[in-house]
Amino acid sequence: MTNPLWLNAEVTFKCPLHCVYCYNPVDYTRFGPELTTDEWLRVLREARELGAVQLGISGGEPLMRDDIEVMVAEARRLGYYTNLLTSGVGLTEQRIAAFKQGGLDQIQLSFQDSTRELNDFLSSTRTFELKSKVARLIKQYDYPMVLNVVLHRMNIDHIQAILEMAEAMGAEHVELANTQYYAWALLNRDQLLPSAEQLRRAEEITNQFRARVGSKMKLYFVVPDYYANRPKACMNGWGAVFLNVAADGVALPCHEARMLPGLTFPNVREHDVRWIWHESPGFNAYRGDSWMAEPCRSCPDKSKDFGGCRCQAYMLTGAATNTDPVCDLSPNHHLITDIVAKAQSAERPATVHPIVFRDDKNSRKLSEKNRSETAAAE
Amino acid sequence: MCTLERQYRFQWEPAQNSFVLLYPEGMVKLSGSAAEIMKRIDGSSSPAEIVRGLEQAFPGVELRQDVMDFLEAAYARGWIRVGQTE
Repeated sequence: MTNPLWLNAEVTFKCPLHCVYCYNPVDYTRFGPELTTDEWLRVLREARELGAVQLGISGGEPLMRDDIEVMVAEARRLGYYTNLLTSGVGLTEQRIAAFKQGGLDQIQLSFQDSTRELNDFLSSTRTFELKSKVARLIKQYDYPMVLNVVLHRMNIDHIQAILEMAEAMGAEHVELANTQYYAWALLNRDQLLPSAEQLRRAEEITNQFRARVGSKMKLYFVVPDYYANRPKACMNGWGAVFLNVAADGVALPCHEARMLPGLTFPNVREHDVRWIWHESPGFNAYRGDSWMAEPCRSCPDKSKDFGGCRCQAYMLTGAATNTDPVCDLSPNHHLITDIVAKAQSAERPATVHPIVFRDDKNSRKLSEKNRSETAAAE
Repeated sequence: MCTLERQYRFQWEPAQNSFVLLYPEGMVKLSGSAAEIMKRIDGSSSPAEIVRGLEQAFPGVELRQDVMDFLEAAYARGWIRVGQTE
């Protein structure tokens, strides 16, 4: 068994934005209280002892907590390479100066879109001016400018403007990541999944832009896996390198695994990280390949893609042990192609429900719905 | 002089039992000889000074070409930049 290389600390689910493609669990409002500063410092130490070296501090919006400076400094002391994933809301000059002094290695700024109107609509707040200001601060404190833009049906046609904005901000790394359909994004999938033509055009524009700017800006374009015919090697394998600790202390092999039925995931309040990683049933559930069903079991690619994503298999086929239906060898692949076929029409399907913003009110409603469905199933 | 690019960090990694180069979302494990060169990339030493330092540490070994090859490869990968001493 390998050791974790990567610790993702989802320090809070509080967020001033309400992005419709958020991958945080939809029922986050029913989770227990957030870990304290001391509890986080213990998690950092224990994961580091196991070999974790990359630390992501994410959320929610991590800057909603006022102790990130303490975590950053301890992370540096322990030898982590630390990346703060932020919307920029709350990143004042005072805080960035403290992060620099504490040894924060990188700040990754997320951006919803290049036009203020759409940016504000998608994140449901007026944050565009603020983000531009934060981008200047990041430069001023000599951090590489790393920009993450989530692409989807409503903003992908603005890609030229997005790229021009990134260039004007002096971005050195730009990740144009198409939405992955989990949690809130899954609820809003009909509104978010782009057409093949939109994707083709966006990739073409990205390639032209890449050719023009050369090495001064590294551009990554991530296509949605619904358009692939082989699944992603999700998390590089279950419990292989990635350890996610959520705000309430629940340790998970990926951001989404809490949704999987029949598994209990350990809490860092009750167990040390070594036990969690090596011994807990949750982390061992889909290690190796003995859990696999056909066609994965006899597939030569099983050591390359691990059968794709357990959560996607569960969400779309009802069983986490099934092949990720993105794979065209899966007997359930039509589930993906049917959804993709629907996305090719320029018109919004008539059955589409209103878009659901990620906020506490909607989360409480969805928690209640999940609870009553679970009760009914029992 | 040779300087490590700002997004890279060179450190000893006990869990890997080797020196590594860390960068956003990644890590390169370094061989023993690569680590000896990286230790001397301090922002003030020139390639010639790095060679001299290594030849003092490992007397009797002809190292110049190997060191130059490594520095070139490191530059090509964006790990280091090479500039004039002020």
